[in-house]
Amino acid sequence: MSNAWSDRLLGNPRELFAAVFLAMALALYLGTHPSGASTYVLTIWANQATLLALVAMAQFFAVLVRGLDLSVGAIMALCNVVASHLVSGSALELAFGSATVLLVGLACGIVNGVIIVYGRLQPIVATLATAAIYGGIALWVRPTPGGIIDYDLADRMTLDVAGVPVALIIIAGIVLLFWLPLKRTGFGLSLYATGSSEQAAWQSGTPVAAVRIGAFALAGLFAGLAGTYVGFVTTTGDAGIGPNFTLNSIAAIVLGGVALRGGVGSLIGAIIGAFILKTISALMFFSGLPPLAQPFVEGLILALAIAIGGADVLRLRNRLEAFER
Amino acid sequence: MDSSDAVPLLELRGVSRHYGPVAALSEVDFTCRAGEIHAVLGENGAGKSTLMKLIAGVVQPTPGEIFIEARATRLATPAAAQSHGIVCMFQELSLAPDLSVRDNLLLGARSTGLGLFSYRKLGHARALLDRIGGESIRLTMRVRDLTLPDRQLVEIVKALYRSPRLLILDEATSALNASVVERVFDLLRELRDEGLGVLFISHRFHEVDALADRISVFRNGRLVETFDNGAYDYGDIIRLMIGQPLTALFPPKASVGDRTLGVPTGPPLLSVHDLSWEGGLHQVNLDVRAGSITGIGGLDGQGQTILLHALFGVLRRVHGEVRLDGHPIRLSGPRSAKAPAVGLALVPEDRKTEGLIPALSIRDNVTLALLGREAGRGDGSEADIAALASELELVCASFDQPVGSLSGGNQQKVALMKWLALKPRVLLLADPTRGIDVKTKAQIYTLLRRLATNGIGIVLLTTDQEELVHLCDEVHVFYGGRVVQRLAGESLTSENVIAASLNVAA
Repeated sequence: MSNAWSDRLLGNPRELFAAVFLAMALALYLGTHPSGASTYVLTIWANQATLLALVAMAQFFAVLVRGLDLSVGAIMALCNVVASHLVSGSALELAFGSATVLLVGLACGIVNGVIIVYGRLQPIVATLATAAIYGGIALWVRPTPGGIIDYDLADRMTLDVAGVPVALIIIAGIVLLFWLPLKRTGFGLSLYATGSSEQAAWQSGTPVAAVRIGAFALAGLFAGLAGTYVGFVTTTGDAGIGPNFTLNSIAAIVLGGVALRGGVGSLIGAIIGAFILKTISALMFFSGLPPLAQPFVEGLILALAIAIGGADVLRLRNRLEAFER
Repeated sequence: MDSSDAVPLLELRGVSRHYGPVAALSEVDFTCRAGEIHAVLGENGAGKSTLMKLIAGVVQPTPGEIFIEARATRLATPAAAQSHGIVCMFQELSLAPDLSVRDNLLLGARSTGLGLFSYRKLGHARALLDRIGGESIRLTMRVRDLTLPDRQLVEIVKALYRSPRLLILDEATSALNASVVERVFDLLRELRDEGLGVLFISHRFHEVDALADRISVFRNGRLVETFDNGAYDYGDIIRLMIGQPLTALFPPKASVGDRTLGVPTGPPLLSVHDLSWEGGLHQVNLDVRAGSITGIGGLDGQGQTILLHALFGVLRRVHGEVRLDGHPIRLSGPRSAKAPAVGLALVPEDRKTEGLIPALSIRDNVTLALLGREAGRGDGSEADIAALASELELVCASFDQPVGSLSGGNQQKVALMKWLALKPRVLLLADPTRGIDVKTKAQIYTLLRRLATNGIGIVLLTTDQEELVHLCDEVHVFYGGRVVQRLAGESLTSENVIAASLNVAA
């Protein structure tokens, strides 16, 4: 039966499937972990997953407007090393330092957006270039890993409050206080419209140039958040952490039901995808499989998840539709 | 309502629009008044869409001036036009496919902006949708999942939702049936009486007749004449539109076989039995005979394109039977459809994205469908291409020229050449003369008639009424995925085609 509820629920089947898959994977992980479902286990898992989730959120905004941001890892690294210089000292210095780090991320994102929109460059090409630039600046800021991030702040951000990992509280906060309100603004709507059909959005009077720049700016901001958070987790600054996160952020959003062609998916899907990746990774780690086989099995599981998620292409009754995906 | 003394709502003076050397519009002086419904008629390529795009802020005049209530204005973007109260419902719908209906309605609505919005404001939109026949459209449905008629209704409501002072409708009702069209028209008349100005393009004379107060006819980028509705009759209007009497455009019909039936007798070349497909075809039966041009008509999106796709093997899980020369055929895709044993060819609707590869040369495009076939008998050779080019009277600098640089009419000729190079037995054509100038149309009509006479089966899907009546020997009119009427010989008239299309009992 079709009604408003089924429209909302089945709007993105891949995201729904991802959520179910995550639930199953998490249950398996907590069930088979030698220490069981304790706060300690949950916190370690939550920290790693949240870290990837933040980068995935960054990538989500870029992909939503039919782009791709290959510089999210580099921005993250840059913000991490800046944090390793600034986020220490008195409470005021901590606040000011953290704000500066986020501004750096935002600025990098705006630069990306401006180059892409006004330079009329393909996002993948532009961000490939800016990734090298931001990575270079990061190396110049901190050539070898080091620096310091305030231990107390780091602890408070990466431990737990009454048994609930702070990382999960941060994720919940972002969803409830940022994402849900954003979806109810004209800007949020414009992001989806621009990704779904830039032409239709423009004909409807949407300022598509500003919206695209805004999307990449948000990507930079979230990459900055990720860079700050990795600082809390490692309490140090490292300019080389970028590449791994960039690739994984793309895998995460695809797993979470975000379409690479734009206009489809949600922030929650990006989060789910990141959590799936990290849960599988953790499962492998504790599974007793030989270490060299772990990446292989991890890859197989991911390929399976994506294949199942995309299986609706088999149901297509018009062969031409396969070319629209 | 005589508002001729009032300052016109919109005025264009000396407006031209060039695309390189081609003039889509030349020195047009045009006015729109409030409280008036003004129709714009013209052949494909006459400049109507360009005119609408200029007024809606999508393109700029090169040169020319636009006045809104006597003040010179520059409409640099659609947003700028909308801020003046000019709202356009485009032919290529301006709906984002992945968004829901209500999100699309909010997009670009005057009150939305970039800040927080509220869904409560949509109460008005729900009432509007219900009023014009969209009761079954839930606001939470994604546009991608709606049928074309429903999308058009949403597009209309989206346009009205922006409180326009001048509403532009570009083929706004092309997929709607009679009762829905009537409800939309009632709404438009009511809004007109309240002071709304309406500018609309339509190919359908009965719509223009029913709705318009004033009519402007365009031809070859120029405004030929503006007159009150009723001043000219149908034949005069056609002559204004194409510059010659209509009958001069079409070659004489098939003269073989039974005249009263209108088609040659004898076994069919291609016959379709009870063809059904879950997504929009129900028990379709039709026969195509060599020597006759079989027309497929009806409103947009009633299953005609689906039929052609089914015949060409593009669709999966098609039920029913298709026979070629009496032998049933089962197709797994275009590759098996074009195989020499079968010999089907499909010239698709959109030549720029489906029929041709614009960046490749004429030669490469023409030989594209021949790739993979056993090369023999000089297929695809230079001489072959030259022969096809002269048969279609192709105008080009050389065969190395990229197809994208040709005019629309010549591009369509290349698309035809590609398929004629395979020497098909049945040629399926989807709206081949859309967006093409009158002269090229006449050439294509003559070509189709010649091919039919030489024994090739021609299936012509077209939205152009005149083609159905004057070019085709028999016409199958589609509605809701079924053939609702078969017209041939004496029953093949304009009135009958319209009635059947709109699903009105004749």
